[in-house]
Amino acid sequence: MNNNLDQTILRIAEIIINTLKLEDVTPETFEANLDLVDEVGIDSMDLATIALVIRDEFGVRIDEDDYPKLTTLRIISEYITEKLQGEE
Amino acid sequence: MKTVSSLLDPEWYERYKRISKLNIRSSIYDVTDRCNLRCKGCFFFSSNEHKAASEEKDVTKWEAFVESEMGRGVNLAILIGGEPTLCPDRIEAFYKRLPTFVATNGMIKVDRDRFPDLMVGISLWGDREDEILLRGKDTFAISSSHYAGDPNVYYLYTITPKQLGKIEDNIRRIKDVGLKVHMQLLSNDEGIDGFSWQPDELIAVRAEMDQMLDDYPETVISSKYYHQIITTGIMCGRRFGWMECPSVTDSIDQRDPRPKRLTNFIRWASDLKTMHRCCTSETRDCSTCKDGAAHMSWVMVNKRAHMNSSEDLQNWIEVYEMFAKLYRYIPW
Ligand code: SF4
Ligand code: SF4
Repeated sequence: MNNNLDQTILRIAEIIINTLKLEDVTPETFEANLDLVDEVGIDSMDLATIALVIRDEFGVRIDEDDYPKLTTLRIISEYITEKLQGEE
Repeated sequence: MKTVSSLLDPEWYERYKRISKLNIRSSIYDVTDRCNLRCKGCFFFSSNEHKAASEEKDVTKWEAFVESEMGRGVNLAILIGGEPTLCPDRIEAFYKRLPTFVATNGMIKVDRDRFPDLMVGISLWGDREDEILLRGKDTFAISSSHYAGDPNVYYLYTITPKQLGKIEDNIRRIKDVGLKVHMQLLSNDEGIDGFSWQPDELIAVRAEMDQMLDDYPETVISSKYYHQIITTGIMCGRRFGWMECPSVTDSIDQRDPRPKRLTNFIRWASDLKTMHRCCTSETRDCSTCKDGAAHMSWVMVNKRAHMNSSEDLQNWIEVYEMFAKLYRYIPW
């Protein structure tokens, strides 16, 4: 489970970096607990774009009402992991 | 990676935290197709938006409509017209349910027993002479007698090229009646002679607006970056216009690529069914648009574009604070 989560964190980090074209950061150096809204400056439109990539890749649909609570890379990854497990 | 806290000192970071989670979702509503003035250059009448739909008269329909707007996530209602104060029951349908702002010409005083803390913005187009020329009467004399000292009211001063050199007189008379003021620029939708901005006039008006903010910080709600953006039309090297505008009605926004925009924003006509193209005139040429709200929203929705330097991010914060003050999310 932790292994899965770590891998998901790395992959989501990569998606965020590519989608937002973030510089000077790699999936490995992206701090999983960094507040994406307050610190990275992402907004709901960014999150909607990221959610589309996640849906295509993981087959997980992120409900728009859940956006406000998806504030860190770790929380997003846990959200996806839980949804995937719920489907098993 | 640049983060917000790496760009801001503790004082600026505190200011940032105060606004970063406000999550404002506004939409704009034409309350009525009627007005008790007919200003030359009014975008509503000049673009025939008053004929786009016939107004809904049943107040219960307005109430149900506001509820459905809340279901859409709207948490700030901006009421325009025509003149909203002609229809207090419709204002009340919003006011009882949502933070509500009314843009008025101030000819009718809102009943403060019925609407104790309704946010009110009064339009002003210049000094007495220009007001009579463009609006048929000296509206300030009437509106200031209605609202002097009211803590939930400010003037929305639309500066015209004719006001160059005279802005201070207007700021001072607003200060003297104990009210605040926010400045924007006329877009001259009806092509009135001498009221279209020339490049040198835009440079001059920016300097004058900056001076007003320095000299009357307690009265003027503004930011120098906003003055820069609205007079140059340039932000972070990008030019304002149709492909950048954040204030286009969401459901009819077919732009590709989609720019950063206001989430779920709609400008509704008063039949509660028809949607207008954007927050201002349906027929306005976007390349000449000086709409103040669209320009400030343009900055606000582009936070990450302002994360290149401390100065850029501080500019972004000041514009966001200006908006938050205008709609009373943070104190003046
Ligand atoms: S008061 Fe406002 S709505 Fe009425 S005519 Fe003038 S600009 Fe238009
Ligand atoms: S007229 Fe102004 S507010 Fe309307 S779409 Fe064009 S740029 Fe945006």
